[in-house]
Amino acid sequence: MSLISVFRRGLLGLGTAALIAAPAMAQQGQPIRIGAVLSVTGPASFLGDPEDKTLRLYVNRINAAGGVNGRPLQLIVYDDGGDANRARTFATRLVEDDRVVAMVGGTTTGTTMAMRPVFEDARIPFISLAGGIEIIEPVAPFTFKTPHTDRMACEKIFADIRARGLTRVGMISGTDGFGQSMRGQCQRVAGPAGITIVADEQYGPRDSDMTPQLTRIRNTAGVEAIVNAGFGQGPAIVTRGYAQLGIRLPLYQSHGVASAQFIELATPAAAEGVRLPAAALLVAEQLPENDPQRRILIDYKTTFEREFNQPVSTFGGHAYDGLMILVEAMRRANSTDGTRLRDAIRATRGFVGTGGVVNMSATDHMGLDLSAFKMVEIRGGAFRLIGN
Amino acid sequence: MLAELLQFLVSGLTVGAVYALVALGFTLIYNASDVVNFAQGEFVMLGGMVTVFAFAAGVPLPLAASLAILAAVGVGLLLHRLAIEPARGASAVTLIIITIGASIFLRGIAQIVFDKRFHQLPAFSGADPILVAGAAILPQSFWVLGGALLVFAGLWLFFERTLLGKAVLATAANRLAAKLVGVDTSFVLALSFGVSAAIGAFAGILITPITLTSFDVGTLLALKGFAAAMLGGMGSPLGAVVGGLLLGLLESFAAGTISSAYKDAVAFLVILGVLFVMPQGLFGRRSVERV
Repeated sequence: MSLISVFRRGLLGLGTAALIAAPAMAQQGQPIRIGAVLSVTGPASFLGDPEDKTLRLYVNRINAAGGVNGRPLQLIVYDDGGDANRARTFATRLVEDDRVVAMVGGTTTGTTMAMRPVFEDARIPFISLAGGIEIIEPVAPFTFKTPHTDRMACEKIFADIRARGLTRVGMISGTDGFGQSMRGQCQRVAGPAGITIVADEQYGPRDSDMTPQLTRIRNTAGVEAIVNAGFGQGPAIVTRGYAQLGIRLPLYQSHGVASAQFIELATPAAAEGVRLPAAALLVAEQLPENDPQRRILIDYKTTFEREFNQPVSTFGGHAYDGLMILVEAMRRANSTDGTRLRDAIRATRGFVGTGGVVNMSATDHMGLDLSAFKMVEIRGGAFRLIGN
Repeated sequence: MLAELLQFLVSGLTVGAVYALVALGFTLIYNASDVVNFAQGEFVMLGGMVTVFAFAAGVPLPLAASLAILAAVGVGLLLHRLAIEPARGASAVTLIIITIGASIFLRGIAQIVFDKRFHQLPAFSGADPILVAGAAILPQSFWVLGGALLVFAGLWLFFERTLLGKAVLATAANRLAAKLVGVDTSFVLALSFGVSAAIGAFAGILITPITLTSFDVGTLLALKGFAAAMLGGMGSPLGAVVGGLLLGLLESFAAGTISSAYKDAVAFLVILGVLFVMPQGLFGRRSVERV
């Protein structure tokens, strides 16, 4: 037998073996590929960056502990820079080239909505880390999300305003996607919550002064509280303007600014007394001992902060929840088949994550209720849990 | 009502002074080379970010600010040496595109060298607002306004009263003729990049206590500063200041009295209107069309 024919037969044999044995071999030690398209850079980088860090950190930890179903995880991360077009391209690449079994990612509602059809068509489970309610309403069969929605934030804020005996609200919203989405949701739930929106102002997400808008709200007759829908540096500048003008009305921020950095940017003096709905991660140490989330929150917080030497944010927590829900579902399903994995994710009950206790169903692909939000108040430069 | 209008005026002047400072940075390089340097916003970013990081590392604020200006001047000179100088002789449009590329590059580097988060600086002289007839004014606003006036006066003196300034203007008017009468045009261009970077960084330092800063703060500021410079007349220091203040006032009054959702649209409509009637801007030089 010539050397060449040995080589050829070998190749042929290898090829056939690979074809036949592919599913069987996959079960033995082959890595499980998980995709992630995140906005690690660009305007949403403060969301995408901790998400990226969290996923990498925990995939390594899971692998160090023996992987899932005896197989290691392989994480494939692409950075879309906040651009929905690029996100969609990367999503296609994850499905067609990388052949991932599931996707944890989609930092913003925009990128998530752009990628959703790709994963729906491929019947691959997609756990989004973005806030918008349109991701899961109406329910798409393979799409899930871990963060709270802006509608829940509005409901939580309005409930707190009502509890103070107030009803007339002035809104100031960013013109970015987050601000506009939350503004729309707040307008929708205001009526049912017994709230009247009497002023409705807006600002560009990179504006450097919001005092004209705040002056208008202050001079609106009968306004009793101010709600700011926005994230990024806008709310910090709104809060500074609110202090500059010496406005005495209660000011509510959204969950979009639930990080220690917000207080630093707005300055502690200006932010004193500001209230916002936030995930429990923000006030982990203040939770009562018997709170089901307490242990997992403190564990995630210390792990992340020890590794990266920077404070945790709830956004990284969303990535943690998404990964853990997926891993738990893979263990339960003992399979990486898209539909079986989807059914397992959908069957998630009583999962304790950083965002709350998750109970999914065929009609609820988020599984959180209002109890997952904690109302916090900024006092003395720190977030304080107030009676929930 | 009066207090309300006064508040809009104060807000407009503060934001306008920020735009004016950025617009002033465009002036020098434009005058020396007919190039609109779109990396001007990155100098503003560098000024703010270097100051923030040096200050956080324990360097006293004045020293941190000086460091930031030096760093920006260094980057400006490198930009000239490595990107503009090799393309010498290319058309102004090519050079403008090079500056856009440089701006994207600098932003990318800043993301890695610094980080992707927003940062703030404490106000230079306290954060307690001063109340004037019912309007609340931040002390930092005076710093920004004063800074814009100082840079304006400096630039005006430079162009009108110094030989070097005249050499810059001569280079802008006709590079070959300037060379023939003994102007070192290459030096003039390097100088204009260095000084422009210093102006940008100075602006970045003054405005950071108000606007906050991050690696990509330069993009929008450059756009607004450019609009202000166009409104005032590209190349005119007076035009930059007036254009900046006007743009700020337009935005704040539009937000306060017409609609906050459309304030940018209102401001840009006015700019378009002005440029229709006066294509050179309010204080721009009339360029002579040669046939």
